[in-house]
Amino acid sequence: MPAKRTTKSSSQGKKTPELLFGDLWEFDPAPETADPNLRESYSLFIGGEQVAPKSRKFFESIDPATEKVLTKIPAAGKADVDAAFAAAETGLNKYWAKLSGKDRGKYLYRIARLLQDHAREFAVAESLDGGKPIKESRDFDIPMAAAHFFYYAGWADKLDYALPGASYKPYGVVGQIIPWNFPLLMLAWKIAPALATGNCVVIKPAETTSITALKFAEILQEAELPPGVVNIISGAGATGQHIVNHPTAAKIAFTGSTDVGKAILKATAGTGKGLTLELGGKAANIVFEDAPIDQAVEGVINGIFFNQGHVCCAGSRLLVQESIAETFVKKLKTRIASLRVGNPLDKNTDIGAINSKEQLDRISELVSCGVEEGAELFQSSCSLPKKGFFFRPSLFEGVTLSHRIAREEIFGPVLSILTFRTVNEAIEKANNTAYGLSAGVWTDKGSKILKMSTALNAGVVWANTYNKFDPTSPFGGYKESGFGREGGKQGVCDYLKVES
Amino acid sequence: MSRIPVTKTPKAYVGGKFIRSESGRVFPLNDKRGEFICNIPQCTRKDLRNAVQAAGKAGGGWAGRTAYNRGQVLYRLGEMMEARAEELAQAISITGEVPIASARREVSIAIDRVIYYSGWTDKYEQVLGNTNPVAGSYFNFSVTEPVGVVGVVTSDSASLLGLISQVLPIIASGNSVVALASTTNPYPAILLGEMLATSDLPGGVLNLLTGFRDELLETFASHEHIRGLDLSLDPAARAQVEVLAAGSIKRVKIREQADLGFWSSEKAQSLYAIRSFLEFKTTWHPIGA
Amino acid sequence: MSLIAANKSPLRRLIDEVGPVDQVAIEERVAKFTTRSIKKASKVQGLKLAVSMVDLTTLEGKDSPGKVESLCQKAQSPDAEMPDLQVAAVCVYPAMVKHARKFLGDSPIGIASVATGFPSGQYPLRTRLQEVKQAVRDGATEIDMVIHRGAFLTGHVQLVQDEIAAVAEACGEATLKVILEVSELETYDNIRAASFLAMNVLRPNDFIKTSTGKTSGNATLANNQVMLEAIRDFYLETGTPISMKPAGGIKTAKQALHYLVAVKETLGDEWLNNLRYRFGASSLLNDLLMQLRKQDEGFYQAPWKFSDSSSGY
Repeated sequence: MPAKRTTKSSSQGKKTPELLFGDLWEFDPAPETADPNLRESYSLFIGGEQVAPKSRKFFESIDPATEKVLTKIPAAGKADVDAAFAAAETGLNKYWAKLSGKDRGKYLYRIARLLQDHAREFAVAESLDGGKPIKESRDFDIPMAAAHFFYYAGWADKLDYALPGASYKPYGVVGQIIPWNFPLLMLAWKIAPALATGNCVVIKPAETTSITALKFAEILQEAELPPGVVNIISGAGATGQHIVNHPTAAKIAFTGSTDVGKAILKATAGTGKGLTLELGGKAANIVFEDAPIDQAVEGVINGIFFNQGHVCCAGSRLLVQESIAETFVKKLKTRIASLRVGNPLDKNTDIGAINSKEQLDRISELVSCGVEEGAELFQSSCSLPKKGFFFRPSLFEGVTLSHRIAREEIFGPVLSILTFRTVNEAIEKANNTAYGLSAGVWTDKGSKILKMSTALNAGVVWANTYNKFDPTSPFGGYKESGFGREGGKQGVCDYLKVES
Repeated sequence: MSRIPVTKTPKAYVGGKFIRSESGRVFPLNDKRGEFICNIPQCTRKDLRNAVQAAGKAGGGWAGRTAYNRGQVLYRLGEMMEARAEELAQAISITGEVPIASARREVSIAIDRVIYYSGWTDKYEQVLGNTNPVAGSYFNFSVTEPVGVVGVVTSDSASLLGLISQVLPIIASGNSVVALASTTNPYPAILLGEMLATSDLPGGVLNLLTGFRDELLETFASHEHIRGLDLSLDPAARAQVEVLAAGSIKRVKIREQADLGFWSSEKAQSLYAIRSFLEFKTTWHPIGA
Repeated sequence: MSLIAANKSPLRRLIDEVGPVDQVAIEERVAKFTTRSIKKASKVQGLKLAVSMVDLTTLEGKDSPGKVESLCQKAQSPDAEMPDLQVAAVCVYPAMVKHARKFLGDSPIGIASVATGFPSGQYPLRTRLQEVKQAVRDGATEIDMVIHRGAFLTGHVQLVQDEIAAVAEACGEATLKVILEVSELETYDNIRAASFLAMNVLRPNDFIKTSTGKTSGNATLANNQVMLEAIRDFYLETGTPISMKPAGGIKTAKQALHYLVAVKETLGDEWLNNLRYRFGASSLLNDLLMQLRKQDEGFYQAPWKFSDSSSGY
């Protein structure tokens, strides 16, 4: 039966209408229960074998949502890095260089399939180790990683079509260093094109998120990939330096901060090593007054809160046209109210844990700085778990280009809001940064999308969407966001030495 | 009594204007017997900075030209060179190091190379760019864009052909260039500047400096506005340049000094020389109603 | 203004006024509702809520007083094992209203009548209004009208709005539900515009509704979302709460829960009741009941344990 209908409009009252996002219908916890199959401690993966680190050193990997120790991760020393490169060189000369593109492709297809088979356990491991919501690791990270192996598998015997008329050859052994925000996906971005083009690999996952990379070694064994073709060694910055400086590394592929990128450039100066650098960003997400507003709100939310804002291409600077700024910010705040922050393993969690204590401290520091510099902070009033590293979804109003929060990469769930009046002002503000990784444009006008896309100095421009990725779609930045592209045909080219 | 000829004062070519070094310094160009030919401007770091500024100013407009138009402008440059081919050949052999026959051959190849790259302007995009079949309702495409201002240090040998071979693929795609001419024989570059002035290439797109590598290399490497470097360089100098370039994450292409034989070969011209100084931009455009 | 108006259809002006909708983005948005995991107590609560929101419907040419009687019985007591459950209303053709009233007596269950030349609306306004008044006289407490899509699509938006206002007036005390027939409007821009067009002349807690169920397109999470967002914007602007009814194509309990998640996360707690939200459905009810029994008894029941409702939408 219908509830009783009131005949009087509530607009007659003076109260401003508000929406109530309460607990009338609260969701029960829905934890993902699949077993991540973690070991008590892990080994390095060198020459096709699980080997103990010669350094005899281990460090603990903790769950950022509970601060509990998950497992022990080996810290590879110089001798371990040497062993990995020696194994890679042997793998290259003895096996990989002798295989046809067709057969290299078959191994990649195998890896893709096995990743799909183990998808759920990888998703749980990824969320446990890194703090990202299970729905993201389950619906995005892991399937996208498998998709990359599928995509590049098919390129392995078709390289001539990627570089028509060129004379090219693989680098040989490639050193790869990946970040902690998309651990397995970044591994796939690095390994799949490298292998497809005939290179062998020494790869290091980030210190705080090594588990899925080391689990991936088990996939490679299951796929019977020839020994030494991929070597996975864990460790911190020092291990990374050994990789960068290793004479056998003919190319270094790095994803991480711009500062480390510059250090790598200096370290490799004069060596002739090839480089792909995917570095930081401070992307503008530009909302015009003619935008589809609710979709733009959703896109801005997704742009900054996806993966707790631990995304190099995060839309961390909202540029909204002044004429709609007030309405738009109000809508953003309403939307933030229904975001669920909490246990990463809960299927209904929208925002999980900050990856590490260190990162949480950095975010907190930059947010305090924003407040000190006079920007106006708004934070979701959601409840946060008592243990673990969590940060409320936050936005700053009244930000100008000179504020630190508008210039530095925060790498957390913090949005800075700026306004503009004209198309040209939007372009100027968007491009006023040393970075140039990505940008978002929201308008209902197709020709304006293309004008903006042409004018913005960014490697990826999302129109009426944000944070979209695809194996076929090249990704990478302009200016100090690095060089080289990952994904697509361009991703193939950057793992080949081309005569030019 | 024979007529006393009027001698020409060689000038660098910056922002579409002929300049002498702001420092007023020159260095003598002598022939191989040591006889004085003329004084060449010894451009300074400040001249380089001004040239970068000019290149930065001109770059946007040049990149904004239609590909067809860029092709026509470069073809016109070829026409200018063809008309003054003998003059260029004389310039190459002015020091007596290069026999005139070899110089004439070099000029022919250089002109053909200009025509080669002028033909690429409206085609490289079709080969290098593409649409990407993403799994979603988006029209996704990758196009190339010029990186911006590119610094070029040309090889000492092949004073004309080396310069043309390094510079043409870079400007073909809409970049602008600040180039340091051959130190051993800058004269063809000075002459080329005069031809550029009568071609339709907008001033500032190609800036030709004369001077010494040792003096300018550091500024080439560290100037933040310069987004790419194409340097013919002794391997020993490489590390220093790359360390300095790291500060602004430049695209650096370093090649060993090549000889005329290399520059004359087909290997010295390629689509991939254009690709070296391109950015790839990928756009996701929704497909909906 | 008139100079500009000459260049633009009134529909286009309306769309400009209320703002556009991006098709791809909204479809991706609603896909996220389907990843919510509703378990245990929250599932039972959601299923019961959904039952209470059902407008149990039969709209067939072969409907008869007998058919309507069994529908009314089912509405009052959907499941003998769960006596506290009731649906919101029955929904029938105008000629069946008096039969429904006879069977339901003074039961609080609503009687909704489709009217105004359902499903096409292609009848003179005079007879459409008569239909409404007659249905109300016969005992209908709710009227489900259709808008004049032909007029809307050709830019005669004022006519469409005037007709809605006239029907609202003819309804008297009865609640009005305005069916936009979204499949014929085709674009989300049009759906949003039509929502505002209707809401502007509706009374608090009148409804906007997606579909007649008589065309190839029915309610989807996406067009439901467009309308929920229109309701939200209208409420925040005017303070007038408008109610929402997706109809057609919602056949499973799982789907219904997805719709409720959309309501919860778009309009919040105050729309999680059958005054503000309804499902126009027939087969949905049995699946809701089956899921409820499963939650209660721990195993799935055979379909023959549940009385048949209707073969309508």
